[in-house]
Amino acid sequence: MTNTETRKDMSKKILYAMTAVLMLISVYMVFSGYSPIPVSTKEATGDPNNFKIFYFHVPIAITAYVAFAIVFASGVMYLRSKQQKWDIIALSAAEVGVIFAFLTLVSGSIWARSAWGDYWVVWDVRLNTSLVLFLIYLSYLMVRQAVEEPEKRARLSAVFGIVGFIGVPLSFMSIRLWNKATIHPVAELNYTTMSPLILTFFVNFAAYLLLVISLIVFKIENEQVKEKVNELKRQKNL
Amino acid sequence: MKFLEIAGKDLKAEFRTKQMLNSMMIFAFLVIVIFSFAFGNESSILIPGINRKVVDLLAPGILWIAFTFAGMLGLSRSFAGEKEEGCLEGLKLCPVDRSDIYNGKVLSNAVLMFLMEIITIPIFVILFSYGIKNIPGLLLVVLLGTCGFIFVGTLLSALAVNTRTREILLPVILFPVLLPVILSAVTATGTMLATGEISEIMGEIQLLAVYDVIFFIVAQMVFEYTIED
Repeated sequence: MTNTETRKDMSKKILYAMTAVLMLISVYMVFSGYSPIPVSTKEATGDPNNFKIFYFHVPIAITAYVAFAIVFASGVMYLRSKQQKWDIIALSAAEVGVIFAFLTLVSGSIWARSAWGDYWVVWDVRLNTSLVLFLIYLSYLMVRQAVEEPEKRARLSAVFGIVGFIGVPLSFMSIRLWNKATIHPVAELNYTTMSPLILTFFVNFAAYLLLVISLIVFKIENEQVKEKVNELKRQKNL
Repeated sequence: MKFLEIAGKDLKAEFRTKQMLNSMMIFAFLVIVIFSFAFGNESSILIPGINRKVVDLLAPGILWIAFTFAGMLGLSRSFAGEKEEGCLEGLKLCPVDRSDIYNGKVLSNAVLMFLMEIITIPIFVILFSYGIKNIPGLLLVVLLGTCGFIFVGTLLSALAVNTRTREILLPVILFPVLLPVILSAVTATGTMLATGEISEIMGEIQLLAVYDVIFFIVAQMVFEYTIED
C-alpha cells in the first residue's frame, strides 16, 4: 500500500468513527431529557413528546437535499469533464439521497399521525412536494437501470440529475410559497442564542450530515471495487 | 431561425399522414368519454354547503389527465420516429446548433398539443354540459402549463429514446418532474372554470412561468448531451 492510500484509508476511518460517536451523542441528547419539549400548541400538537421526532426529521430532510445537490453538481462536472469518477459520485449520492428522502416521509408520517391524527394529508403542498422529490430520484435510478453502456448511462443520468434538481428548491420553498395550502409548520428557530433546543438540533444535524457523507464514501468505495472486479473479469476472458 | 425549418419538416411529415394528431385527439376524446361514463349522473349532483356541482370539482383534473396522457403519446413518438432509418444522424449532420433541433422539436410538439387541446375543451364542455367562466384566463393557464409540459417532455423524450425501454421509460421519468406543473395548472384551471377571478391565481401563474423559463434555459444547455454519441 502506498503512502497516499494509507492516508486516505486513515481519513476514512476517522470519518466513520466521528459519525458513530456523533450519532450516539445525538441520540443521547434527544432521549436523555436534556433537550426541551415545547409546550406551546403552535410548535407541537398532540402528545408533546412527539416533538422529539423534530430532531431527526428536519436534519434527515436537509441532508437529503444535500445529497441531491451533490447529484446535481457531479452531473454538471461529468458533462464538463467526462470523467467516470463524477458519475460514481452522482450514483452514490442519489442512492443515499433516495433513502433519506424516504426516511423523511416515514418520520414525517409518524409525527403527523401523532400531531395531526393522520399519516398523510392529501393535497398538502409540503407533503406532496416531498413525495415528488422522492419520486424524481427514484426515476433517476430507473434511468440508470435502463441504459447498459457505461458512458451513455453516465451522460443521460447526468442530464436527468440536473433536470430533477428542480424538486429540491420546490420542496424547500413550498412551505414559504404556499403557506396557506399546508399545515406543515416552518421551523422558526432563534439561532443566535445557544439554547438546549438549538444545540441538540445542531448536534443532530452534524451527525446526519456526517452519516450521509460516510454512506456516500462507503458507496463510492463499493463501486470502485465493483469496477476493479469487472476489469479483472474482462482480463480473464481475453 | 433554423429551428423553424426543423419544426416545418416535422409538421409537414405529420400532416401528410396525421397519424400522431389523430391518435392524440381520439385518445383525449376517449379519456373524456370514459370519465363521463364513469361519473355519469353523479357529476351533476349539487354538493350542499358549498353550492357547487360534483363536476366543478372534477373538471380541472379530468381536463389535465386528458391533456397529459394524450400529450405523452405525441412526445413518446417525437424522437422515436427519428431513430428509424438513421434520421437523427441526418439531423445531427445539419449545419445547425444542437439547441435548434430541440427548439424545432418543441415547436412541432407544441403545435400538435395545442391543436389537441383546442378540440378537447369544447368536447368536454358538451359532454358535461359545462360552462367556463373565464375563457381567456383558461387559455392562458393551458398555454403556460402546456409549455412546461413540452419543454421538459421534449428533453426527456430525447433522453428516453436512447435507453433500452424507450417509450415505457418516458412516462415514468416525466411525470415526477412534471408534477409541479400539473399541481399548479390543475388548481389554476379549477379557479378559471369556477369563478374566473384571474387575481386569485397569480401565484400559480408565476410558478408556471418561472418553471417554463427555468426548463427552457436548462434544456438549451443540456439537450446536446442527450443526442450525442
